[in-house]
Amino acid sequence: MKPAVLTGEHYMTGDEAIAEGALAAGCLFFGAYPITPATEIAERMSQRLFGVGGTFIQMEDEIAAMAAVVGASCAGVKSMTATSGPGFSLMMENLGLAIVMETPCVVANVQRAGPSTGLPTQGAQADMMQARWGSHGHYEIIALAPESAQEAFYETIRAFNLAEKYRTPVLIMTDELVGHMSERVVIPKKSAITLEDRPRPKGRKDRYLPFEPGPNGVPPMAAAGEGCAVHMTGLTHDAKGYPVMTVECQEQMVTRLVNKILDNRHDIFSFKEYRLEDADVAVVSYGISARTARAAVDEARQEGIKAGMLKLDTVWPFCEEKIFELAQRVKAFVTVEINLGQIHLEVMRAARGKAPCVLVGHAGGALISPEQVKAALRSI
Amino acid sequence: MTTKSNAQAIGEKQAQHPLDDLLRTDRIPHIWCPGCGIGTAFAATLTAIKDSGLDLGHTAMVSGIGCSGRGAGYAKLDSYHTTHGRAIPFATGLKLANPKLNVVVFSGDGDLFAIGGNHFIHAARRNMDLTVICVNNLNYGMTGGQVAATTPHLAKTTTTPVGNPESPFNLPLLAYASGATFIARWTIMHGRDMVESLTEALLHRGFSFVEILSPCPINYGRRNKEKPLETLKLYEEKSIIKNNANPLEITLDAEKGIVLGNFYKESRPSCIESYDRTCRPDFLEQSS
Repeated sequence: MKPAVLTGEHYMTGDEAIAEGALAAGCLFFGAYPITPATEIAERMSQRLFGVGGTFIQMEDEIAAMAAVVGASCAGVKSMTATSGPGFSLMMENLGLAIVMETPCVVANVQRAGPSTGLPTQGAQADMMQARWGSHGHYEIIALAPESAQEAFYETIRAFNLAEKYRTPVLIMTDELVGHMSERVVIPKKSAITLEDRPRPKGRKDRYLPFEPGPNGVPPMAAAGEGCAVHMTGLTHDAKGYPVMTVECQEQMVTRLVNKILDNRHDIFSFKEYRLEDADVAVVSYGISARTARAAVDEARQEGIKAGMLKLDTVWPFCEEKIFELAQRVKAFVTVEINLGQIHLEVMRAARGKAPCVLVGHAGGALISPEQVKAALRSI
Repeated sequence: MTTKSNAQAIGEKQAQHPLDDLLRTDRIPHIWCPGCGIGTAFAATLTAIKDSGLDLGHTAMVSGIGCSGRGAGYAKLDSYHTTHGRAIPFATGLKLANPKLNVVVFSGDGDLFAIGGNHFIHAARRNMDLTVICVNNLNYGMTGGQVAATTPHLAKTTTTPVGNPESPFNLPLLAYASGATFIARWTIMHGRDMVESLTEALLHRGFSFVEILSPCPINYGRRNKEKPLETLKLYEEKSIIKNNANPLEITLDAEKGIVLGNFYKESRPSCIESYDRTCRPDFLEQSS
């Protein structure tokens, strides 16, 4: 049987790299429902998971897949699912449950063009705002956006680590283009991979409060079967997990859930600055479009345009301080993404009028070419 | 003075309730209405959990949304009050991730058979290692008495003001057709039978299903000219106990009779046993 960490050099798709990243992170439960272009993640997990002592199950729909993932995590097991637009819509209900029950889990969305069934086999980045606000109510979410199979491997490990550390669902917002592209992936030795586990309760079990926050705002989590008689509910609840139907409790719980992410944002953020030191124009991008943007920056530099790039590994929470800092010293922002303006609007908001913001995007189904980005850079 | 001592007496009496160790007594009083049968079904469930001898530290209760869905909130077990209709898939994940857990789903007919109907039939098909207890009160009580997938034809509810134009599911028949391997139906009037049946369901390996008929005088009875005691009389007078009955003959009808009993029991590999035998490498190695 193959080990969980397949140390070595491989040629694999982004989807497969997500599956391998999950296994390397210690994922032991995968709740699946097939959907193009994410199916290969489920297929790989169905082949690999039992061999490392885990469980794979294909559920009856994405609602059930997500519910099973949350249930498995409550039993103390690192768990995940993977989907694309239509399935992502169905998962929103229990994603909200995971947020309120503070249940660590990972959801990969290999984005395809929507709305509705859209272009099932063609990529897009148009679920970024659904990732942010797709479930009802006010909450904060963590979303990562890898640009290559190699990054997909590492970002999946990071997704599990953040999910465990902050007791929250984490989204991997990749796209069909990364998901279906085969490239070189180097998997390190197991000993070189750092893993996080959810904070665990200490002390007397009868005094344990499942929603009493620790110093970083995150409560320790007891699994079912541990003898703590935990109660969890999707209703607004107190530190015991008991429902409390008051405005005060709602304020306290929701504020803490939001601040748990926002107060720890500098630990959650990851972004890469590329040729930004002397840049006049900052290109902002993530996922597959970051590769387009990087090529455009290099080519524009050859033309004498001082372009640089801010590549977002973490898209949510949004690094608004970084954008505002750049806004003081660049002439303009160009956001490159396969949609008609989602993160672009966040860049505008964060720039607070200090620099004009331009979008290079389209409605989905194909890559953006570096030429389109260069045209925008030339016009500034 | 007398009042105080009475209160003390009541307090002491409550402290001696045989189910106290399984109840979150700090959450009592519960939300259930006077005349509602959910409390009886819930007490029977907790009694059965005790009688079955299951390790309480490894027993979890999962509920969905609705009146019966509040059950998990009162059980002093690892207990999860999940989303509407999703108790079964949540419980499936919980059980698969830790097969040592005994997982009990306690919820209502609207939750399990309308919004959650798809999950029910698939869990039954898989013979998933769960005990599903459905309190059937023939309507959506929590939201004020709307038509459900179990409401009798022509019955009045707030969303069928002139009578239900549709026909209900027969839950045990649906469970049978879907592949459940333990199937029973009782009413809250059949206390001992109900507890014995629930105990058997809890100890059954695979997917066990018990339907418990329960009155909802506030929302259903009131609109259908059925006074609280009349529903119970109906359960008493119209019920026909028929263990091992043909699933096609288990009517739930005021005219034809309310057929109750432990209808079906089958021994076949549970979902977890099937996964172990089919997918786990150590099992595959042993068999090769």
